[in-house]
Amino acid sequence: MNWLNTAFVLGAAFLAVFGEAAFGGVRHLVGAQIDLLPPLMVYAALCTGLTTVTLLALCGGLWFDSLSANPLGITVLPLFAIGLAIHLQRDLILRDQTFARLVLGLGASAAAPVLTLLLLLSLGQAPLLGWGTLWQLIVMSVGGAVATPICFELFGWLQRTLVHHHATESSFRPDREIRRGR
Amino acid sequence: MLKRLHYIALGLVVLLTLVILNLPSQTSARFKQGIGSLFLPLFGLASSTQQLASTAGDAVVPRRELLRLNDDLRRENQQFRLQALQAQETANENARLRQLVGWQRQTSWKLKLAKVVLREPANWWWTVQIDLGSRDGLRVNLPVVTTDGLVGRISAVSLTRSQVVLLGDPNCKVSARVENETRDTGIIGPYGTLGSEFVRLGYLSRNANLKPAQDVVTSGEGGIFPPGIPIGKIVDVQPVDNGLTTEAHVKLAANLSALEEVWVKFP
Repeated sequence: MNWLNTAFVLGAAFLAVFGEAAFGGVRHLVGAQIDLLPPLMVYAALCTGLTTVTLLALCGGLWFDSLSANPLGITVLPLFAIGLAIHLQRDLILRDQTFARLVLGLGASAAAPVLTLLLLLSLGQAPLLGWGTLWQLIVMSVGGAVATPICFELFGWLQRTLVHHHATESSFRPDREIRRGR
Repeated sequence: MLKRLHYIALGLVVLLTLVILNLPSQTSARFKQGIGSLFLPLFGLASSTQQLASTAGDAVVPRRELLRLNDDLRRENQQFRLQALQAQETANENARLRQLVGWQRQTSWKLKLAKVVLREPANWWWTVQIDLGSRDGLRVNLPVVTTDGLVGRISAVSLTRSQVVLLGDPNCKVSARVENETRDTGIIGPYGTLGSEFVRLGYLSRNANLKPAQDVVTSGEGGIFPPGIPIGKIVDVQPVDNGLTTEAHVKLAANLSALEEVWVKFP
């Protein structure tokens, strides 16, 4: 049921992008909006295939840019770079550990905006930058770090609930049972 | 180690990104509108949820409170009617005097009310999206105001929605005038990355006679914003560029963090 997992990830990315644009409460409260695409990318890179990582980078990045003042497509490459880097090291990462998920979420959520800003600057754009950007990066990183284990739990629950699992075959065979009499 | 499949995926993503980033601006804007229209069903869902919440909120307001609010509003309405009568008289007098001097007759503002439906998801821009688009006659560079003051200008228009670039964004520069004896003019630009409350009024003369609490309004230069729209009040003043120019920090009149409804001004 790999396609179903891909659909879950893309659906979550779609809702996350809309939620970030529709509900700006977090931004007014702490001065920065938390981006949920990097935590989703961490999950996709560790638990799904390369196709899902690519689709998430393309669709998530384009959806995000379509609701933002960013040039269209600027978010795609940073997301994919993060996803590919984690995907290549997935065999060495203890993906079941909450601490590992937190650290990966923290790194991915810090790297995604930094890479996007570098791309924006190299394209000649003039985004709002200053000392406040550091605070925004901290908020985004911490928010992303907290969101990553939640993502894993949410998708784990969805998988357990909606995806059919084959029953494991028992080695017990009644015809080979040793009947003990008196 | 990168495998062949990884190389293919990487090449595909890089190629697609380069193609999209190098699209002509009009094609890119159309793509953006097309992709953004995928969110239309969610707009309906979000607005109906908000309506449901407000209806539920209305149901629990006591009748006495509603009657008191109604009385207050009626009184306020009467005051505004009297003020409108006075303003009308002043406008007539102004029109007569302009005719006598031979100046061009001033036209009244044509405004359209819009609802803010989305806010900027990226932290490095200050924009919002409103629920009016090209089908409502909107086009790029129309000024956007609230009853408190200037908000920004329209920066992109799709069929049903428009993007408003707010004061404080690097892409929203406004020529402004200080309401003092010397009528000093400068350019409103961004100030800081965290708050939407303050902007920077730069390129002021070093001899500018600026004091805190002086009003700042649009100067009308530049051709986008008509003169006289309130922007805010000066908070503090400091010399910059080794004393060659002066810079003022201005507290915005409109609360950009809590925008719900705005007015788009048509020429």
